[in-house]
Amino acid sequence: MKPAPFAYTKARSVEHAVELAGRDGEARILAGGQSLIATLNMRLSRPTLLVDINGLDGLDGLALKDGAVEIGALVRHAQAGRSDIIAKNAPLIAKAIPHIGHPAIRNRGTIGGSIAFADPAAELPACLVALGGEVVIAGGRGERTVKADDFFTGLFETELGSDDVLKAIRVPAANAATRIGFAELARRHGDYALVGLAAAARAEGDGLADIRLAYFGVGATPVRARKAEAELARGALDDAVAALADDLDPPDDVQETGAVKRHLAGVLLRRVAKQLMEGRQ
Amino acid sequence: MQIADDVPPGLTALDRPNSYIGRSVPRPNLARLAQGRAQYVSDVVLPRMAHAVFVRSPHAHARIKHVDTAAAKKAPSVIAVVTGAELAKVITPWVGVLTHLKGLKSAPQHAIAIDRACWQGEAVCAVVARTRAEAEDACELVEVEYEPLPAVTDPETALDPKTPLIQPELGDNLCFERKLDAGEVDKAFAESDAVVETTFMFGRHTGVCNEPRAVVADWNPGEQRLTVYHGTQAPHMMQNLFAKHLDLAEHQVRVLTKDVGGSFGIKVHTYADEMATVALSKLLKRPVKFVADRVESFVTDIHARDHRIKAKIGVKNDGTITAFEIDDLTGIGPYSVYPRTSGIEANQIVNLVGGPYTCMNYRALARVVFMNKNVMCQYRAVGHPIAVAVTEGLVELAAAKIGMDPVDLRRKNLFADDAYPAASAAGLKFEALSHHASTDKLVKMMDYPALRTEQQRLRGQGICRGIGFASFIEVTNPSAAFYGVGGAKISSQDGVTMKLDAQGSISCHTGVSEQGQGAEAVIAQVAATAFGVPMERVRVVMGDTDNTPYGGGTWASRAAGIGGEAAWQAGKALRQNVLTAAGSILQARPEALDIRNGIVIDADTGNERIGLDEVARVCYFRPDTLPPGFQAELMATRHYVPRAWPFAFTNGIQAAYLEVDIDTGFVTLIKHWCVEDCGTVINPQLVDEQIRGGVVQGIGAALFEHCLYDERGQLLNGNMADYLVPMAAEMPDIECGHVVSPTADSELGAKGAGEAGTAGAPASVMNAINDALRPLGAAPLTDMPFTPGKILRALGKV
Repeated sequence: MKPAPFAYTKARSVEHAVELAGRDGEARILAGGQSLIATLNMRLSRPTLLVDINGLDGLDGLALKDGAVEIGALVRHAQAGRSDIIAKNAPLIAKAIPHIGHPAIRNRGTIGGSIAFADPAAELPACLVALGGEVVIAGGRGERTVKADDFFTGLFETELGSDDVLKAIRVPAANAATRIGFAELARRHGDYALVGLAAAARAEGDGLADIRLAYFGVGATPVRARKAEAELARGALDDAVAALADDLDPPDDVQETGAVKRHLAGVLLRRVAKQLMEGRQ
Repeated sequence: MQIADDVPPGLTALDRPNSYIGRSVPRPNLARLAQGRAQYVSDVVLPRMAHAVFVRSPHAHARIKHVDTAAAKKAPSVIAVVTGAELAKVITPWVGVLTHLKGLKSAPQHAIAIDRACWQGEAVCAVVARTRAEAEDACELVEVEYEPLPAVTDPETALDPKTPLIQPELGDNLCFERKLDAGEVDKAFAESDAVVETTFMFGRHTGVCNEPRAVVADWNPGEQRLTVYHGTQAPHMMQNLFAKHLDLAEHQVRVLTKDVGGSFGIKVHTYADEMATVALSKLLKRPVKFVADRVESFVTDIHARDHRIKAKIGVKNDGTITAFEIDDLTGIGPYSVYPRTSGIEANQIVNLVGGPYTCMNYRALARVVFMNKNVMCQYRAVGHPIAVAVTEGLVELAAAKIGMDPVDLRRKNLFADDAYPAASAAGLKFEALSHHASTDKLVKMMDYPALRTEQQRLRGQGICRGIGFASFIEVTNPSAAFYGVGGAKISSQDGVTMKLDAQGSISCHTGVSEQGQGAEAVIAQVAATAFGVPMERVRVVMGDTDNTPYGGGTWASRAAGIGGEAAWQAGKALRQNVLTAAGSILQARPEALDIRNGIVIDADTGNERIGLDEVARVCYFRPDTLPPGFQAELMATRHYVPRAWPFAFTNGIQAAYLEVDIDTGFVTLIKHWCVEDCGTVINPQLVDEQIRGGVVQGIGAALFEHCLYDERGQLLNGNMADYLVPMAAEMPDIECGHVVSPTADSELGAKGAGEAGTAGAPASVMNAINDALRPLGAAPLTDMPFTPGKILRALGKV
């Protein structure tokens, strides 16, 4: 299990990383390496160039800005997990982080890497979608932002082009009305979940509004359960669970069948809905 | 010698200052392992050493039409690219059969496939290069032209006339069949008040070692000698096999086994890629290293289990078991593994089903069929987890059917503790077991009545918990009956050579080997106790065929019981020799002397007479001062092999307490108990850790581990993300207890403890799940591993 030969360059700046990535069509950005290095070693991926962005200025910030939490691409999972800013302003992410891999993985793995890799069974892409966040991208034609709902385009595919570097993610800061819920079912702690659900909503009167249910492990990308969201907004939990039959079509995988996953998605919806409601005081 | 607890015993033969037997002394290799100063084969680097990597078949079954090595040979740093036909010139094929498994057949297996690849992962070409990475690069340049052939992947249809033959010269796909019919089975079933019949399934799984298989072979043409650094459980067996298949004499082969990062039975077999590596060294006249990577480990390390067993039990309303019947079908690989064969697991199942019970009506059929899947062979607890799950699964289903408590039903049928010697329906001979004492102890440890009360109380709150038991027997300390009588050159005897050095310390050379389980500590404890020195003055030398007595190594829970007894006898012999020399120096009768704490003393008074260093000084450097005609012998060798019994059976009982989330089908393990009887306990901590580790591997079988093949013979989950090994976070606390019934076959009285945990854990977890779900009307779960999906389907939720 040795990787195929590749070249390695340590980028001097984000602009330099963009330039290097653009010059070589088969370049990959190296951040925490927790997914990339494994795929290289198994020769499932064979880039010709690794552009190492570790240590670049301006990518490891974590700040509250203009009503949003901005998390730099190089912020490690462990760092985010310890952050007061995240605990107070992005509690969904704080709740999700202990479920990501194991401590060694969380020490190295980065927020940006997880979003850019876009594993459909990973926690953070679903959190980003549930929160209605956005992705800040530096590219050959300058900087741009892409909404989470538009960012994940297919299996391990995103809006990132070959000369793009993910700089940061932004999620709206929580306020008194914010409600969040998170649950996943993994056979062993730290595994990718069979099914997971990240959810956010706004408390409104006795109910919930702006409900966003982002499932992971059920398709090629994080999947919004939009019909279930609408039912839940009516306060109809049973109907919301039933609506998952339309919202989700999880494929069979080596661990479980799609039918089992769909059943588990319903169980998670009940558990997460309870969390969303319990947050109300 | 009844020593079970970690306290010095009362006044016994071992009540000496250096009595280490029965104490949890730290293992001597702890510092080396903890400081990263161990020497695994992966650490071995030799001058001019090259690395072998294998091109492996992507097909489960294919004709190899052509292997084009030209491009690979030109790749950077490549030393050689060798096909199966080329390697066959230096190494002969082998056939994995044993004559005492009557009718067992297999076909010749080559180190590298020549005409056909018979499973996904079989090596079809070797590339040798200066680094592993460059060898892997060059492997991609080897072009193999395959003609895919139909793959046989379903054991149920393997024997159908329409199914293609995997080895045409064998005439069918049947490797081995065994039938047994004891007592009057049909009559017993007819007279039963209740009969329970079900089918148990056991998923194929494998032992995942921390350190993968690894070998460094160094053929020295100048010396005409082959040195093999090998992560193996059986150095002398491998010495014999390397010599045999490379046309060498055994004295031309030295196998060195230093630290081994776990084995679990995986590393006691002949692997084609390891044999190929050794042959490549001979061919290329330089050291060659092969370390299996994780992905190739999954498709080449032996797999185990994979049994479908139709099973039946009859009971009377008073709980008397009337009969057992099983029909076992297991699909192995395309070859029976050499030299222990792939028939032993099924054979063991036939032997062990019903083993704890007095019921003498038992019928069994076992068939072992070839498959185009990875090879199968003996993995920790060989056959026991399956036999125990079938027996104990039936026992608890029968108890439920007649409305009897499962512990009461066991007590009604287990061999009485004073019934020994006894024999089971299958003919197993038991010297002394303690089923009832073990059951009593377990029930007390877990406070069974209180647990049942708690279970009922929680059920009222919608919490679904289950309690499951598994009584078991375990084969340990095997005599020649296991392999030797079948013609395999696998030693059941083992030896220890003990030597006094010039400063009065001892070295202890033994044929048993260390795999991380603590054999080194056990040998040191016994040696120090028998001879009379502090443990820090004992050095144990293992894993070197040039420097240890001939022995079997480590398998079938034999190292402590057999190697330990050899150390005990060698220690006593050397003590006698040293006392004879001391008597000669002191002009005293040797019988009046003893050795305590490294000093020769008067046995009666305890007065110090002479230090061992002084005895050694005189004997080694001033023998001229000894009386004429006296020759000191400060080295002694003793061997031991069990003779009175084919196996030293141990026994025990386990219990699992768990909770099933009936919405998700997830199982949470709450607590696990094991009481077992391995005779004399030499090191309580090591025994308990063997039990706990074994339980964890058994839990892996029950809940997590499964090598999933598709119908084309492709392994679907051969990686550490998709193949679920049990991890610490999901494991329960495991409480161990002991009952001590020493074997009288040895003075030490120790039996094995390496596999008891694995033997009973799957059954107890299965029974606990079914206990939890029974009130909900779920069909009993008998198809391991018990995944959330299977549990949800049993509950009718999906």
